Amino acid sequence: MITSEQIAFSKETLELVQKMMLRYPEGKHKSALIPVLHIAQAEFGGWLSAPVMDYVASILKIQPIEVYEVASFYSMFNLQPVGKCLIEVCRTSSCWLCGAEDIIDHIEKKLDIKVGETSKDGRFSLKAVECLGSCGTAPMMQVGADYHENLTIDKVDELLEKFKTEDKQSRYC
Amino acid sequence: MSKKLLLKNDHVPYINKLSVYREHGGYSVLEKTLKNTSPENVLEEVKKSGLRGRGGAGFPTGLKWSFLARPEGVPRYLVCNADESEPGTFKDRYLMERIPHLLVEGMILSSFALGANTSYIYIRGEYFYVARILEQAIEEAYAAGLLGKNILGSGFNHDCYVQVGAGAYICGEETALLESLEGKRGNPRIKPPFPAVAGLYGCPTVVNNVETIAAIVPIIEMGGEEYAKIGVGKSTGTKLISASGHINNPGVYEIELGVPVEEFIYSAQYCGGIRGGRKLKAVVAGGSSVPILPTELILKTANGEPRLMSYESLGDGGFATGTMLGSGGFIVMDEDTSIVKNLYTFARFYHHESCGQCSPCREGTGWMEKILHKILEGHGTLKDIDLLWDIQSKIEGKTICPLGEAAAWPVAAAIRHFRSEFEDYVTNPESIKDIKHYYRLQN
Ligand SMILES: Cc1cc2nc3c(=O)[nH]c(=O)nc-3n(C[C@H](O)[C@H](O)[C@H](O)COP(=O)(O)O)c2cc1C
Ligand code: SF4
Ligand code: FES
Repeated sequence: MITSEQIAFSKETLELVQKMMLRYPEGKHKSALIPVLHIAQAEFGGWLSAPVMDYVASILKIQPIEVYEVASFYSMFNLQPVGKCLIEVCRTSSCWLCGAEDIIDHIEKKLDIKVGETSKDGRFSLKAVECLGSCGTAPMMQVGADYHENLTIDKVDELLEKFKTEDKQSRYC
Repeated sequence: MSKKLLLKNDHVPYINKLSVYREHGGYSVLEKTLKNTSPENVLEEVKKSGLRGRGGAGFPTGLKWSFLARPEGVPRYLVCNADESEPGTFKDRYLMERIPHLLVEGMILSSFALGANTSYIYIRGEYFYVARILEQAIEEAYAAGLLGKNILGSGFNHDCYVQVGAGAYICGEETALLESLEGKRGNPRIKPPFPAVAGLYGCPTVVNNVETIAAIVPIIEMGGEEYAKIGVGKSTGTKLISASGHINNPGVYEIELGVPVEEFIYSAQYCGGIRGGRKLKAVVAGGSSVPILPTELILKTANGEPRLMSYESLGDGGFATGTMLGSGGFIVMDEDTSIVKNLYTFARFYHHESCGQCSPCREGTGWMEKILHKILEGHGTLKDIDLLWDIQSKIEGKTICPLGEAAAWPVAAAIRHFRSEFEDYVTNPESIKDIKHYYRLQN
C-alpha cells in the first residue's frame, strides 16, 4: 500500500509533466489533467486513490474536486485497485458477431473469476468493454496497453500463460 | 479499378518514417502550397472539392471552414477528432498507424488555410500506441523544419500536439471533445455558440475528423475540381470504409464513392462475400448509430435501383427504407444472426456512454437496454416492443447532443424492419431456437 507521504513523481516524471503543460496556452494548463492522470495511474499501482488525485491537483494547482470529477468520468481511470494484469475484452457488435462471448466465457472459467472481478492472488482483473476500434480483427482484447486481435481459444490460452509472470497493468507507459 | 488517394502507399515498408514518406512525394504539396499559394486559395480548392466531413455527419468541409470567425488578436485552433469510438469504425486508426505523416501534413496545410498557429490531435486513450506513432511523426516533422517557427521559410508558424483521451465515446462529439481537451468531463456544450465562433478556450475552432484532414493533401495536390470529378454527385472523392462482421475479408477499404453496395459486399476486391458461404441477413452501413437494413433494402433501394456507397444513395428513402453513410463503419450480419441480440449490444453501449446531462438520453438508454435484456431472456411481452418504440421516439430531438438520437435510431430501425423477430422472442421462443443468441467462434 502506498501511503500519502510516498506519493510523489520522480524528478524525471515531474520534468515530463512540466513539459506537457507547455503544450497549452498560458493559464490553460488544466488541459494536462487527463494525460497527467494517466501517468499517475501508471506510476502509483494501476489505480487512482484519493491521495493520488489530491497530489495531481497540487501539481496542476487546481482543486481536488476538479480531479475527482474528471477521474470518475472516464472509463480508463480505475478508482479501485486492479490486478497486475488488466484484461479487457470487447463485447460490442462486431466482436460479439465474431464470438466475443466465447472468449469471455473461456477467460472466466480459466481464471475462475467473473467479469468485473479480480483473481484472489491479485494477478488478473477481467473487464468487458465497449468497441476499441478493432472490429475488423474481432474478437479482440486489450491487455495493459497492448491490442490482441483475431483471438481464438488457443491464442487466449497462450497469452494467459504468458501473463502469469508478465505485468500488464497500465495502458500508459 | 478503385481510385486510391489516401491509402495509395499504405503498404510501402516504413512509410511511417519521414524519409520514406518524402521519397513517395510526401510534404511536396505542403512545400508548394507554402511557397506559391495563399490561405484563401487553399480554402477555395477545398470548397470546390465538395469534400464532406468524414466523421459521420457529412457536413461540407469548405463551408465549415468559411464559418470560422476571425476576430483580430484572438488565436484560432484546428482540432483533429481522432476519438474514433463509433462501434464498427476503425479506419482512422489504420490511417494514423500506417501513414501518420499524411495526417500531420494535412494538419499543417489545413492550419495554414485557417490561420491557426496551434493544433491538437485528440486521440482516444485506448489508441495509446497510435498516439506514440503520431508523436514520433510530429517529432520528425519538427526536426525537418516542417513544424515550428517559420516553416520552410514561409513565415508561417505552427505547433501540433497529440492529446490522449481516457475512454469515453461521447468525447467524439465535437463540443464534448473540446471540454475534454480543456481538462474537464466530456459533457457536450449547448449550441450555439458553435466551435467556429467559441471553441477551444473560447476561441474560434475548427474540429475535423482524421480522414477529412488527411483528404486535404490529395485535394490540394490535384485541385478541388479534379477531386470533385471522383465519386458520384454530391458524394465526391474517396471514402475509407471499415468492414467487419461475417465477411471473408474484414478490413479498411478506400472506395471511390458510388461503388454498388452489392459489389462492395461480394467482390473479392472488398469484403469477399459472406463467410462460410452463408446468406446475408442485414447490414449496419455507417457505424452503430445508423439504421440497420435487411438484405433487400441494403442491396436495392425501395424503388428497385441498385444501392450505392454514397451519402445520397444510402440515404435514399429516408429512415423508412434507407440509412446513412455515417462514419463508414460497415457491419455485416449473416442469416444466423439475432438482430435483437445485436441491438442489445448497441443499447448497452449507448447506455454506458451517455454522459447523463439530459434525462431522455440518460434514462431512455437505460430503459431500452433493460427491456431488450428482458426480451432476450424470454420474459418479454408484446407490450414491451411497443414500449421500446415509444421510448426511442421520445428521445429524438429532445437532447443537447445527437448521442440521444444515435441511441434511438438503431432501436427504431430494428423494430421497423425486424418486428417479427422481436415478436418471436416474446410469443414463440421455439421458432428462434436456430437463431443464435451469439455467434460462435469460427475455429
Ligand atoms: C456521440 C457522437 C460521437 C461522435 N464521435 C466521433 C468520432 O469518434 N470521430 C469523429 O470524427 N467524429 C465524431 N462525431 C462527429 C463530431 O461531432 C463532428 O461532427 C466531427 O468531428 C466533425 O468532423 P468532420 O466534419 O470532419 O466529419 C461524433 C458525434 C457524436 C454526436
Ligand atoms: S444526449 Fe446524452 S450524451 Fe448527449 S448531452 Fe445529452 S445526456 Fe449527454
Ligand atoms: S466491436 Fe469490438 S473492437 Fe469494435
